[in-house]
Amino acid sequence: MGKELATREAYGLALKDLGDRNKNVVVLDADLSKSTKTNVFAKAHPDRFFNVGIAEQNLMGVAAGLAAAGKIPFVSTFAMFATGRAFEQVRNSICYPELNVKIAATHAGLTVGEDGASHQSIEDIAIMRVLPNMTVIVPADATETKQAIDFAAEYKGPVYIRLGRSAVPNVFGEAYEFRIGKAALLTDGTDVTIIACGVMVAPARHAAEQLISQGISARVLDMASIKPIDKEAIIAAARDTGAIVTCEEHSIIGGLGSAVAEVLVENTPVPVERLGVMDTFGESGTPGDLLKKYNLTEEAIVAAAKKVVSRKPIK
Amino acid sequence: MSQKLTPQQLTELARRAKSIRGNIVRMVTEAKSGHPGGSLSAADILTVLYFAEMKVDPANPKDADRDRFVLSKGHAAPVLYATLAEKGYLPKEELLTLRKINSRLQGHPEMKKIPGVDMSTGSLGQGLSAANGMALAGKLDARDYRVYALLGDGELEEGQVWEAAMFAPHYKLDNLTAFVDFNGLQIDGPISEVMSPLPIPEKWQAFGWNVIVIDGHDYNAIYDAVQAAKNVKDKPTMIVAKTIKGKGVCQMENVAEWHGKAPTREECTTFLAELEAMDD
Repeated sequence: MGKELATREAYGLALKDLGDRNKNVVVLDADLSKSTKTNVFAKAHPDRFFNVGIAEQNLMGVAAGLAAAGKIPFVSTFAMFATGRAFEQVRNSICYPELNVKIAATHAGLTVGEDGASHQSIEDIAIMRVLPNMTVIVPADATETKQAIDFAAEYKGPVYIRLGRSAVPNVFGEAYEFRIGKAALLTDGTDVTIIACGVMVAPARHAAEQLISQGISARVLDMASIKPIDKEAIIAAARDTGAIVTCEEHSIIGGLGSAVAEVLVENTPVPVERLGVMDTFGESGTPGDLLKKYNLTEEAIVAAAKKVVSRKPIK
Repeated sequence: MSQKLTPQQLTELARRAKSIRGNIVRMVTEAKSGHPGGSLSAADILTVLYFAEMKVDPANPKDADRDRFVLSKGHAAPVLYATLAEKGYLPKEELLTLRKINSRLQGHPEMKKIPGVDMSTGSLGQGLSAANGMALAGKLDARDYRVYALLGDGELEEGQVWEAAMFAPHYKLDNLTAFVDFNGLQIDGPISEVMSPLPIPEKWQAFGWNVIVIDGHDYNAIYDAVQAAKNVKDKPTMIVAKTIKGKGVCQMENVAEWHGKAPTREECTTFLAELEAMDD
């Protein structure tokens, strides 16, 4: 815990560091390098940085070609454009041929803030998760971001990494080790499990602290690895605690909550409450005001946990 | 200083092209679907590339130094498969499995399945971007391979083509040579009527490409243009190849309907006899 850093800031630093170590890494951006922080890499490795201009479809295709020729391209733009504007290029030029492209998309979710709904990607987890061969990671803080970037560079195949604009508190200590397909246990508990990703992980942890004083013992899992998802951890959570709350800064349709529910319904059905954006577009506002208005807060998690506990069958 | 093909080479190319055309007709007939028109129009271009120009080795299809070919108009898969079979990448008998269940020969090319396919394509407008990436990687690694791409003229209606068109000259990708298979027809009719991409050479020139306009069925012209492109510095080359959709089969020539229709068995027999009677 401690200092606040946006995951996009951590990405820029991690990418520069990765570039120092791995000469095969190349970085592409679509005229947003100051915002996505690929400019940190560009400054250190100008010969391996390529701006494609405001042309996201070509961005994905060029990355595919670089990967086909043995490079490890990291491509960045806002999540809206990476997954929306260029969806079919990601599908047909990257995922179908299973090319080694890493899409690190920033400004995901409502916390883009003042730019408003046109720039707030609340669908990206859903539309990347549905693609065969795609790995989807939503880091919660700077430490996890760095580890996810290092993982992506080593892993062979397409990876989507969802990053945010706004500063988030550090959740993990230096000793943390991100593992693909594995949830990270932040707090253990017996009455309910809160499964969160991205910006919702820190509030989930605080919610668990609040719940203790109200007599509810909550387990908190960070599910950065959305695909592959940690089925064992979800099933164990259902068996051990009997109730699940999911929270994500994403549409309630198709994201983390859906992924968790899919595992539960086929294995260990238990009461679930899902917190997310309720099938609506966002709007302009500060990130904090938006999270409050759209019910993505510590208080909302506490309320959802109480509700889901009350839905547990009486033994 | 044009480097001409020898009479022996010309005879060889004509023989290869005839064989490729015959296999296009056979495989599409057997598949009962597919795209013969745009495959036949591009057959001479692929023949010259694979049998007179490209550094490729069927025994080593992933060689890092090989020349690359991206069939951006991926629906012309039959011409690519027939050419790869002619070159020795796959058995010719396998061509008759086109579009059938469990076949490697998907309706549109898939690079993971077939040796010699350098990029999976099929959704129009995406191939030139991938060719850009391959050419850029060649520059970064100081390898001297060249990258070739073939686009349809109707395909030029896709916006991504023009994003890619901006990129290649900007990064001075003179190791990239692309073709437009300018046969003038798309599924719904003449390109000038459906949504005109004309004038084509002027557009590429305006985007900063070295542009050469040729007869896309003249082996010497194709070969010369490819050689000329290799001598251009700091610019990619676009060879606008004027072609005839369905070239080689009278009934198919310049008929939009043959864009995506399979011949019947009877038609196939007639078409093959006509191809066989063609001069070498």
